[in-house]
Amino acid sequence: MDVQNIYYDGRIKIPYTWYVGETGSRFLIALRDNKEIWGNQCPQCKKVFVPPMKTCGECFVPTGEWLKLADTGTVESFTVVHYENGVAKRPLPVIYGLIKIDGASGSLLHFIGDVKPEKVKIGMRVKAVFAEKRGGTILDISHFAPVKG
Amino acid sequence: MERAGIVGVGQTVYERRKEDTFAELVFEASTKALADAGVGIEAIDNIITVSNDFWDGRTISSMAIQDAAGSWDRDISTVEGDGIFGALYGMMRTLSGSFDTTLVVAHVKGSEGNMNMITNSMFDPIYQRHLGPDATSTAALQARVYMEKTGATEKDFAKVSVKNHGNGVKNPFAQIKKKITIKDVMESRKIADPLKLYDCSPISDGAAAIILSTEKGLKRFKKDPVWILGVGHCSDSYNLGYRDLAWPRALDAAAQKAYKMAGIKNPLKDLDVVELYDAYSYMELLWYEGLGLAPRGKGAELIRSGATGMKGELPVNPSGGVLSAHPVLVAGLARLIEATLQVRGEAGTRQIKGAKKALAHGINGPCGQAHGVFVIGA
Repeated sequence: MDVQNIYYDGRIKIPYTWYVGETGSRFLIALRDNKEIWGNQCPQCKKVFVPPMKTCGECFVPTGEWLKLADTGTVESFTVVHYENGVAKRPLPVIYGLIKIDGASGSLLHFIGDVKPEKVKIGMRVKAVFAEKRGGTILDISHFAPVKG
Repeated sequence: MERAGIVGVGQTVYERRKEDTFAELVFEASTKALADAGVGIEAIDNIITVSNDFWDGRTISSMAIQDAAGSWDRDISTVEGDGIFGALYGMMRTLSGSFDTTLVVAHVKGSEGNMNMITNSMFDPIYQRHLGPDATSTAALQARVYMEKTGATEKDFAKVSVKNHGNGVKNPFAQIKKKITIKDVMESRKIADPLKLYDCSPISDGAAAIILSTEKGLKRFKKDPVWILGVGHCSDSYNLGYRDLAWPRALDAAAQKAYKMAGIKNPLKDLDVVELYDAYSYMELLWYEGLGLAPRGKGAELIRSGATGMKGELPVNPSGGVLSAHPVLVAGLARLIEATLQVRGEAGTRQIKGAKKALAHGINGPCGQAHGVFVIGA
């Protein structure tokens, strides 16, 4: 017997309210209120984490000292994304970068902007551009733009 | 020491938008594995299912398909991750002394959800998710780091795509069967620079199942087992910015553990065939290095040499690999099934002549955060 295929559309949309933790709160408040990027340091391996971590995964100990870092960094990797994925609400193409903030031991994932995609290079120096309206989220940094001069 | 062997395997054909429900896919793969083993469900002591709630669009996705896996009156447990880890858990249960036989079955319907949004959800909700990264854009970040640190080129990546898609032509289970050229790959649509369309695996639906047995359980089955000779698994940092994206140290650790157990000294020589998780073309080169098939930083040289082609010293992905069908969660188990078919000499026109020892590899998490490695042999 020939049976017509029936499809059922669904969309799961569930509100969550995630506590970002004391460590995360401190980081996001510094972005929001002072346009400052803070990291913290593992007392054993001395790695500096941005975003900050409550514990060092490698040493398995609580992190210690907080450090105010620069708002500049270096592009460690980047990609120019040519498709809409329904999450990043930005005009195409979207440029993502792994940005090593000066003084940090690893990279931060963020947008790269104010630059033509073909001009982006590994090793490029960039500076955080803060959003006009800031609400205590990672998007309080609008993007990273090439350092001028 | 007690051993575990693979006594039955089953796969659906992998396609985009399969006209089967989740339960139908699971039933098909499970019953194919049972038929392959020459038994009915009564021969199975316990069951491991592999599924993910986000991909299925429901919570406790395992519960919805347990009847289709034959769990009635049986102990059942679940792995939420790649099928290679389902096989690992299944092996552990088989060897635990509690069960002599285990059915492991994985399913996914990638076409029914939204790959980008689902893989976006694996990222940290506070610091990363709202930026919109997904499996493909982060893979692109990894590909570029790899190029920068090793000198591998987009053409080297294209060579992987050409090889694996070419192999896929001979695999009746593959979704994309295509003879393509380097030029085709290089000129394909830009997705996330440096990755182009043919550098990326497709969105696939399907299911796969294996049956594991102890030596004691073997008398229930008709086929000779393919033994698990070595196994290893390891995970790296979740945070991409704090991981060396150009060196898969978790794979190195997993592979070395498996090699030690299996008595593999020189994997390039001692193994006859490898099935690895090439979700994106460049990954194959990176995994060559992690698996010790190429020296660190020299993955591109191995593909250039032709050693991993069908007629090379160590064919990699004769099935066409994940580039030819990417049922997420199922794909690692499919690698193990393909490796099993090779060792049995049942891989049809994609058979590597005389294959005795094979390696299967699966990954979990963004940019290959976790790796599972099986070495199997007759």
